[in-house]
Amino acid sequence: MDFNLTKEQEQLSDTVQKFVARQYPFESRKAILKSKDGWSREIWAGLAELGLLGLQVPEEHGGIGAGAIETLLTMTAFGRGLLVEPFLPSAILSTVLIRELGSSTQQENHLPKMAAGELIAVPAHGEPTARYELAHVSTSASRDGDGYVLTGEKSVVLHAPSADLLLVSARTSGSIDSEAGISLFLVPRDREGVTLRAYPTLDGQRAAEVRLEEVKVSRDALLGPEGEAFSALAAAFDVGIAALCAEATGALQASLDATIEYAKTRKQFGQPIGKFQALQHRMADMLMHVEQARSMSYLAAVRCTETNAKVRGKSLSAAKVLIGQACRFVGQQAVQLHGGMGMTDELMISHHFRRLTAIELTLGDTEHHLEKFMRSEGL
Amino acid sequence: MDLNFTPEEQAFREEVRAFVHQGLPPEIRRKVLNGVPISRDDHIAWHRILGAHGWGAPSWPTNFGGTGWDPVREYIFEEESASSGAPRLLPFGLRMVGPVIMTFGDVAQQQRFLPRIASAEDWWCQGYSEPGSGSDLASLKTSAIREGNEYVVNGQKTWITLAQHADWIFCLVRTDPRVKAQAGISFLLIDMKSPGITVRPIITMDGGHEVNEVWFEDVRVPIENLVGEENSGWTYAKFLLGHERTNIAGVGGSKRELQRLKNIAASERKHGKPLLEDPWFGARVAQVEIELMALEITSLRVVSADAARKAPGPEASLLKIKGTEIQQALSELMMQAVGPYALPLQDEGEAAGPAYAPQLAATYCNFRKTSIYGGSNEIQKNIISQWLLRL
Repeated sequence: MDFNLTKEQEQLSDTVQKFVARQYPFESRKAILKSKDGWSREIWAGLAELGLLGLQVPEEHGGIGAGAIETLLTMTAFGRGLLVEPFLPSAILSTVLIRELGSSTQQENHLPKMAAGELIAVPAHGEPTARYELAHVSTSASRDGDGYVLTGEKSVVLHAPSADLLLVSARTSGSIDSEAGISLFLVPRDREGVTLRAYPTLDGQRAAEVRLEEVKVSRDALLGPEGEAFSALAAAFDVGIAALCAEATGALQASLDATIEYAKTRKQFGQPIGKFQALQHRMADMLMHVEQARSMSYLAAVRCTETNAKVRGKSLSAAKVLIGQACRFVGQQAVQLHGGMGMTDELMISHHFRRLTAIELTLGDTEHHLEKFMRSEGL
Repeated sequence: MDLNFTPEEQAFREEVRAFVHQGLPPEIRRKVLNGVPISRDDHIAWHRILGAHGWGAPSWPTNFGGTGWDPVREYIFEEESASSGAPRLLPFGLRMVGPVIMTFGDVAQQQRFLPRIASAEDWWCQGYSEPGSGSDLASLKTSAIREGNEYVVNGQKTWITLAQHADWIFCLVRTDPRVKAQAGISFLLIDMKSPGITVRPIITMDGGHEVNEVWFEDVRVPIENLVGEENSGWTYAKFLLGHERTNIAGVGGSKRELQRLKNIAASERKHGKPLLEDPWFGARVAQVEIELMALEITSLRVVSADAARKAPGPEASLLKIKGTEIQQALSELMMQAVGPYALPLQDEGEAAGPAYAPQLAATYCNFRKTSIYGGSNEIQKNIISQWLLRL
């Protein structure tokens, strides 16, 4: 039982926090949101320079092969600053998938570039009728000579518009909800037959509906053994959930801090509104949600690499449930306590609110994970 | 960061488990595991069994006859004891007056009182609240007037838990009515056999006799029973409240009750299937379980922070609120689980309904106390606002 960080971890945390504070003030972030891509290549290069894009990349491929705690610290800092760069889909989810499933050639071709910030890869997994069911894949991959032909639709693919490479899940066998028969393919985004309908998301990030129409790929586009991608997908998504939980903790703490600060300065009836007990108790409730969420972000971080999928899944679902609820409560109350100002685009709190709302809806919402938790209990 | 216990801590856990399994009388275990209230003799018997093993004062340093365990070991001891069906050691001597005497008492008081607490020879109760002084404790009125080598105590204390069994009571009394409320309070140790003390039971809505009124009429207390300085009692009282809240989350006990809830809900039927498999009921159980998972880690975070700074911090308020909310939710769900069989009260003879049903509604009623005692949860939120949020 030890909640202390190593000296290196403390340094990393400190460095990332400073980077976010210096390079990502609210005004710069606004400009980034308005830019064409909706995120900053300059920041991305900065993250690469700090080694953060290589957190999940093994050392032999140019990364730092760090553990879950380093990801936790990094994502917590990102949550405070509300980074909109494609870190989660590319530097976490796709990196883990290529690392775990890729042949040595595939790893050598992609991981060093991803760590260096020269290649962005995002998973294209969700589908219009899948909700959050990981095994629900109707996109098909049929054999075509030595390669495959992919056809189907992928929904809300985060950062697809900026991706160089899509990690497309497609069914090579089995029924639509079957865990067996799911394969992953590395598909360049500009490959013929791939079309995107791009849009911004609630929290200012970019995503797209991705249509695959008879997209031909060669055999070496297959990532991992044919039909056996499910368990790697589940494991990578659990690492993603842990990262998201850590990001939430940063955003939750920032929302609480901003609310306390506002309550100390905003005066009504001749005194700071923070002197009113009704509001004090609300903020005490917010603090309890934040601290419980922080505890669960620790649990998620230390369990997300657990090899026993059942133990891992149960802990990660528990974390996502509790943190999803914290995101809702703290987000809503932060806006409420800011009064009318909380509604405005002008204040950062509304941006935190939107990100907290989006986190709850990403990689499985509270209901999805409550049900999954109950199933893992045998309920 | 590592959420696992070290091999040494694991070995310690095994040691505690083995000792409790071998040393705890089966009748006491049965009561605890089935939510049956335990008697005075049960409390004393278990405490003496621990004492004979050298574990009579788990939270105390060795120089006062304690085990000298670090907070993590103390936590493991509590959790293993709870899950193995051992009663929780009563806090009044061990966690409340004991640390005050150690820190502020003189050597004579330490030698006289501490060994008898650790060995369960003396049963202590806490004389804080008064009819007019609940959350606003500093407004207390019970007076102690110095006459020669004695204080003469007059007044009324209330909500005194298990005073009917107590040998001693530690009291906050007013020794100076002219100064600011907090500045005129002293901390007195009073023998419950003193002439002029009357204990009157208060029967709570579960039918239980747990709390009492204690009346003082010209009770003469020797001045050597004053702890520390006269009129400094408020400082000692605040110190005591901090210690009382250590481990107040009660994670071990709640884990045990969660298991009991699952067992009950697995036996009960709804639409011909186990109630636990009902999505509505199952989701409520899952929700409590998830909050308890988080609270366990939050507790351990506070335990390590306390260990590092060697004093309890204001985070204890958070644990008190969450801990009691979970305890109440569990008792409510257990009552809910048996449906109409929560209604029959166990009287004489055979109880109606399943064997686990009769006590559940009473426990639900009884557990409403948890968010009221030890500083109500609203007072805890005031503490959070003041000391953590700095509002």
